[in-house]
Amino acid sequence: MSHHKVEIQDVHYRYPDGYPAVNGLSLHIRHGESVGIIGANGAGKSTLLLLLMGLIFPSQGKIVIGDIPLSKKTLPLIRQRMSMVFQDPDDQLFMTTVFDDVAFGPRNLKLEEAEVTARVTQALARVGIPHLRDRAPYKLSGGEKRTAAIASVLSMDPDILVLDEPTASLDPQSRRRIMDLLKGFQHTKIITSHDLDMVLALCERAVVVKDGKIAADAPSLELLTQAELLESCGLELPLSLQGCPRCGLSSSAE
Amino acid sequence: MSNLTNSLYNLRQMDDLADQDTLIHRIHPLVKLLLTLFYLIVVVSFDRYEIIRLIPLCFYPLIVFSLAELPLAPLAKKILIVQPFIIGAGVLNPLFDSQTVVFAGLTFSRGWLTFISIFIKSSLTVAATLLLIATTGMHRLAAALRLLRIPRLFVLQLLLTYRYISVLGEEANRLFRAYSLRAPRQKGVHHRAWGSLAGQLLLRTLDRAQRVYQAMALRGFTGEYFSGAPPRLRLADLLYLILWAAFFLLVRFVDIPSLLGSLLIGASA
Ligand SMILES: Nc1ncnc2c1ncn2[C@@H]1O[C@H](COP(=O)(O)OP(=O)(O)OP(=O)(O)O)[C@@H](O)[C@H]1O
Ligand SMILES: [Mg+2]
Repeated sequence: MSHHKVEIQDVHYRYPDGYPAVNGLSLHIRHGESVGIIGANGAGKSTLLLLLMGLIFPSQGKIVIGDIPLSKKTLPLIRQRMSMVFQDPDDQLFMTTVFDDVAFGPRNLKLEEAEVTARVTQALARVGIPHLRDRAPYKLSGGEKRTAAIASVLSMDPDILVLDEPTASLDPQSRRRIMDLLKGFQHTKIITSHDLDMVLALCERAVVVKDGKIAADAPSLELLTQAELLESCGLELPLSLQGCPRCGLSSSAE
Repeated sequence: MSNLTNSLYNLRQMDDLADQDTLIHRIHPLVKLLLTLFYLIVVVSFDRYEIIRLIPLCFYPLIVFSLAELPLAPLAKKILIVQPFIIGAGVLNPLFDSQTVVFAGLTFSRGWLTFISIFIKSSLTVAATLLLIATTGMHRLAAALRLLRIPRLFVLQLLLTYRYISVLGEEANRLFRAYSLRAPRQKGVHHRAWGSLAGQLLLRTLDRAQRVYQAMALRGFTGEYFSGAPPRLRLADLLYLILWAAFFLLVRFVDIPSLLGSLLIGASA
């Protein structure tokens, strides 16, 4: 199947102040794949996601989602298929209740109100926060906010889910809950993170970005065990592989 | 800077208040909007020497307030916040307009009368507007404006301004907290830091506002927000509209206080 594939072809991007954040990056993501995008601070991960979502446009190169080339004209179509969860949930939640926030997307799709309610109820149930539906988002805890932000995107029923650091600043249990949640999704997933253990657990494929280019692209287990490669890109082995490298490696090398 | 946090919280509180379910909250947003506009016009239309005739108009905010089951403190505080500006604007009136009038057996300068009437009028208009927001909420209000065929761009502007005020407040809050933690013995902000602090605040707010807008755009926001089907106009809404409008007209064209007065005097005579 190829209808939810993502193709990034030799994309360049310069910020208005002239900083070249993405320099000739190419990436091909297949239908149903879940890909972890990793790299040091300032490597260009968030910029890549902005490009992918059409929030900024490449100065050179091309992005194709499914069979649709990304352009100003095709944005509405593409944004129905692909949704992004922002790094800071406060940027994403702006309505007065969780319900209204989760309903924001479906309502913009001009669905019937009954359908909107059904979608919201379903999205909240799926992430396990039906009890928060009438609460004000700004009063929630960090983990609850993140969960609500994910629900607000699920209600759009996207085929491709893009997440910017979904586990940043969460306590271990909230992190685990979000991870279990994401694991259950059949969507194509594109996740940036510094949480390499999460990438190892959630993504079969990992891509290392360095200086706005792809530095490595391989199955997660293979890539995340290469200490030298990771180090040269400003990263380290995942914690789960650090304490006991020998048994960690030997059990995963097969 | 805890008062900054408080005022921010208060701002958001208005929206929380709007999510209750009372007799007043259930009234159609368009009805409340129109009534409030009409009320403002009636209040402002009184001559600046007429004070007594404004008094019956106090019933509107008082009755709406009690039926909507709103807490007094946050609303009263907001009404008080604007009063210094009004006092500033009206305080010179007694000096400029020193002709005297006899009022209730006492002699006043006309300037004092205008000052008091400005004070009452501003309290009534601010109260009515706050009550509108606190019983309707910004989003439903925006939908009502759209029903009135107000151009989409203006409504969007209003909504975004409202949303960004709290964004601005949050950023300011963080910035000042960071500042005061590193300048523990200072009261307020040193004048040398004001420039960079204000510049930071502007840049950060713009950044954040942009991200908020991006998040909205990604979820299909194209400038018009569809807060579901607009509620249907019920009989109760129309009744509410007609009753209050009739009351405002009555107050405007019939001098109720002196009518009551003469009735009382007539009865006692
Ligand atoms: N608005 C901007 N204007 C100019 N340069 C920017 C802007 N945003 C980011 N950059 C620069 O682009 C580069 C890539 O930034 P980006 O946010 O994509 O990094 P990142 O990989 O997401 O890092 P992190 O892991 O810290 O989130 C950085 O060096 C940054 O300084
Ligand atoms: Mg980033």
